[in-house]
Amino acid sequence: MNPVMAFFDIILVLALPWLGWRLLASPDLFRAVVLFMSLGLLMSLTWVRLHAPDVALAEAAIGAGLTGALFLSALRRLERLQNSERRLDDAEKREEERQIPPEKRRRAKPVAYGLALLLLVVFMLLLGWSLLKTPVSPGGLGPEVAVQMGRTGVQSQVTAVLLNFRGYDTLLEVMVLFLAALGVWSLTRVGQPLQEEVSGPVLASLVRMLVPLMIIVAGYLVWIGSSRAGGAFQGGAVLAAAGVLLLLANATVVRQIPSTLLRCALVLGPLLFLLSAIACMSIGGNLLEYPRQSAGAWILLIESVTAFSIGVTLAALYAGGRPFEPSALEETSGESSAGDGEEGEGK
Amino acid sequence: MNTIFLYNFSGLALFAIGLHGLIRSSHLLRKILAANLMSSGIFLVMIVGAYGTDNGMIDPVPHAMVLTGIVVSVSTTAVALVLVCLVQETTNRVLLLQKKKRARGERTDA
Repeated sequence: MNPVMAFFDIILVLALPWLGWRLLASPDLFRAVVLFMSLGLLMSLTWVRLHAPDVALAEAAIGAGLTGALFLSALRRLERLQNSERRLDDAEKREEERQIPPEKRRRAKPVAYGLALLLLVVFMLLLGWSLLKTPVSPGGLGPEVAVQMGRTGVQSQVTAVLLNFRGYDTLLEVMVLFLAALGVWSLTRVGQPLQEEVSGPVLASLVRMLVPLMIIVAGYLVWIGSSRAGGAFQGGAVLAAAGVLLLLANATVVRQIPSTLLRCALVLGPLLFLLSAIACMSIGGNLLEYPRQSAGAWILLIESVTAFSIGVTLAALYAGGRPFEPSALEETSGESSAGDGEEGEGK
Repeated sequence: MNTIFLYNFSGLALFAIGLHGLIRSSHLLRKILAANLMSSGIFLVMIVGAYGTDNGMIDPVPHAMVLTGIVVSVSTTAVALVLVCLVQETTNRVLLLQKKKRARGERTDA
């Protein structure tokens, strides 16, 4: 084996668990999240090394980028809540400490922890052993897929598996994403747009330049997905990143999208996917068995529409709640402007 | 074969560290991070399985499954994070909890 490559492998293999350990051990949560994002980037480097470019793209965009952004925004929200309720929290803590003498807790801990650690080690050893014993079938399903590629209408094997052979899998995946958005929306509402966090001119102009570029990249990723690495999820993730940037820059355009329109955008992808699955059945095939000649067109149509919906859904997940109703928005903005007027009068 | 062993080991270690963190850390956010680490470990093992085929051919099926997995894990993470924020909002108990307690050890039942 190439010694340079072996060296690279060893560094990568050691860096991954080390970063994982560091991020869980670091007392500062913000730092942990940043380490998590860098771990995601290293993971995507690993995917490239293991010849999985599709996964690398998705990991870099979703695993490192969007998940990190989600964590950061949750962290900020937690800190804000904590600051506003610090006093109550302290009082509660003190009471708790009075109820349970601290030395008692300390004594109970090492035994339980040691036991858990022992179980963990045994479990890991068993897992490792079974991993070693797992028979490796030469090529896996690769040859099978290669034989059937002609019927799929696309040239990329991963896309063929995702949208043709295991189309129901992807359908359900899109549904899971949709469900997540539903869950988030039913749990919370987006906080009021913060007036004090006005974005600077640098961010605003950067966003103005980046967003159109990102939309083009997203379209390219979806288009190229049929023959090379890329596809609906990667494209959707880039689209979502554009949405996140707009949200960060506090662009009024995003806030003013009527929630009905947003709801339609969320539903569009899953609905079209489902309808085309049913349409395939009514034409005479099985669920998601596209007609042989037009399979490529079906896949492209489904991919582009779902990519759009995935982008909107992921951005909605980042926004973290039901959108502001336009009427409510008008009310608050009316109030604030009224407040400004009063201040002016006072002066 | 060597490479496969190395990366398998790395995936297993990530999974173990994640599981350990899931049990040990008291902050809910850190628990979610730990769960994400576990999923990364699993993905690594799966992709190595696809790579580790003898004739140099790549098996695309695990790749597609991992892609699905990444999207599902971001969905669950998003919902979990919203739930954490809600826990704090309603119980006022920020964390299972902060620095002092972490040094003292776990009370996962808190």
